[in-house]
Amino acid sequence: MIVSRREQWLGRVLLVVLMAVTVLPFVSLFVTALHPSGTYPAGLSWPATPHWSNFTAAFKAADMGRLLWSSVLIEVGVVPVSLLISTMAGFALGHLRPPGGRALFIGFLLGLTLPFEGIIIPLYYQMRDLGLLNTRWAIILPLIGLYMPFAVFWMRAHFITMPDDISEAARIDGANLWQLFWRIHVPLSMPALSSLAILLFLWSWNQFLLAVVLVSDPLQRTMAGALGAFQGQWGTDIPLLCAGSLLILTPTLVIFLVFQRRFVSALLQGSLKG
Amino acid sequence: MQKRSTTIRRHREDEAAARFTTDRRRRALRARRLRRGGLALALTAPAVLAYVIFVIRPIVMTVQYSFYKWDGITPSTWAGLSNYLAILHNPELSGSIVNAFTLILFFSFVPVALGLFTANAIRGFAASRLAVVARTVLFLPQIIPLVAAGIMWSWQLSTDGVVNQVFRLLGLGRLARPWLGDFGTALPAVGVIGAWVLFGLCMLLLLAGMTKIDPSLYEAARVDGAGPVREFFSITLPSLRQEVVVCLTVTIIAALASFDIVYIATQGGPGNRTLVPGLEIYYLAFFQRQVGSASALAVVLMLLVLAVVLPLQSLSREGKS
Repeated sequence: MIVSRREQWLGRVLLVVLMAVTVLPFVSLFVTALHPSGTYPAGLSWPATPHWSNFTAAFKAADMGRLLWSSVLIEVGVVPVSLLISTMAGFALGHLRPPGGRALFIGFLLGLTLPFEGIIIPLYYQMRDLGLLNTRWAIILPLIGLYMPFAVFWMRAHFITMPDDISEAARIDGANLWQLFWRIHVPLSMPALSSLAILLFLWSWNQFLLAVVLVSDPLQRTMAGALGAFQGQWGTDIPLLCAGSLLILTPTLVIFLVFQRRFVSALLQGSLKG
Repeated sequence: MQKRSTTIRRHREDEAAARFTTDRRRRALRARRLRRGGLALALTAPAVLAYVIFVIRPIVMTVQYSFYKWDGITPSTWAGLSNYLAILHNPELSGSIVNAFTLILFFSFVPVALGLFTANAIRGFAASRLAVVARTVLFLPQIIPLVAAGIMWSWQLSTDGVVNQVFRLLGLGRLARPWLGDFGTALPAVGVIGAWVLFGLCMLLLLAGMTKIDPSLYEAARVDGAGPVREFFSITLPSLRQEVVVCLTVTIIAALASFDIVYIATQGGPGNRTLVPGLEIYYLAFFQRQVGSASALAVVLMLLVLAVVLPLQSLSREGKS
């Protein structure tokens, strides 16, 4: 490709500037978290003595251990079930193509752009009537339903590319539908499944609206919901708020940095499909 | 004579038997296909069930609530279209919709335009180490909860925050202000947070699209004497149609359905300057106990999203054919 040197350098500088703008808020949050608790530090400034103890104070104030546990429980409730039932549906709609399957698929597509605010009011009364308000089930159950349009869309798109020969061969060898699904197709779908798992994990972890409306106890919420409550409680103590926010961010950041390649490709594909 | 008639008869019998077996086979085949179809549909049942209970039913209920006056506790009364008329006439409600559309400028057009510009500028070294690092760094805002973005930026944009610090450093101290608390700048300031969150995703999507373009197209353009601007508008942009539509769709939905960032950064204030439909639905339904008008706004929000997003999709389909 013929690109002039000046253009290349301009691009490099631009990229570095944009990366700096992206990282700056994280740095500012970190530096502020090291100031004495209760003070109102000015912008980006290194404190005379860094107060690392703010992190332990915030850890206790936010009850981080129990927050993490709560988020993990929600993830365990949402992700495996969503993966399983959307894979079954995607396999049926994309590979077996039963009569009426197309209509079902269009029905799922309708939910693809739905803003969660659109249905939060009935969900509240539904959960109240089921007696699930203020329990983790009030987040878990609706999220499974709300993820179905995307998850089914994603898995169907994967199964549609599976060649029929594989199934034919398995059938000739005497496999029934259940064996065909579990022994042949699920193992072949691992890349699509793991990307979907990453997306569902991230969306559940960061889910705020459902957590705020349906669960009033921060210790029963998602990480994002708990962070909202933490801000409400410690919003005036800036260094402590910054320390707490960083702590609550850390788990996803760590997971992201470990699996970054998979995350980036999942997010890019995810938005292409959605 | 006798012999011939028997052969004819036998022949006919064979034919009949053959017809009988193909009939039976066909019927068996159809039964098997039906059974398989039934089994396949059974596989979709759990997904359909979850979707109907937690998405379809609530949508129907929202529409139903929107025609009633209800405080959530005492019996509801029929209100006809009055909740919808209120959206037209109540400046607080209609203002929230206007604000959401204003946010599209920042959440959508800024990241897409800036993303196109940047992706085009770095296209030449998309495989370099710097670009690989950028892939990770620029995705950070996508990974963290929007709430965290709200908290970070309310601190950056406050009176003593980094943004004002930078302005003072540049000798523009008189521009410094509490950006999120100022009537004139609150909505753009919220918009900047959204642009920060969504930029990385847009840029990397567009860059991924650009690397798929055949390099010989660019070589041909350069040989024909096209400059970088001409090249961008005649080759790059037309080939990116699908990616641009995806970016616009994702970011416009994020703008219209914004809640987390606004809730944390401004809670709709000052005045109602940053009030968006998502936040207004929340306040109306759960604090002011006006379930009917909150539901009407929810229906309008869902319809607005569809009205903006569906035409966009047909745009990308045209590009493919």
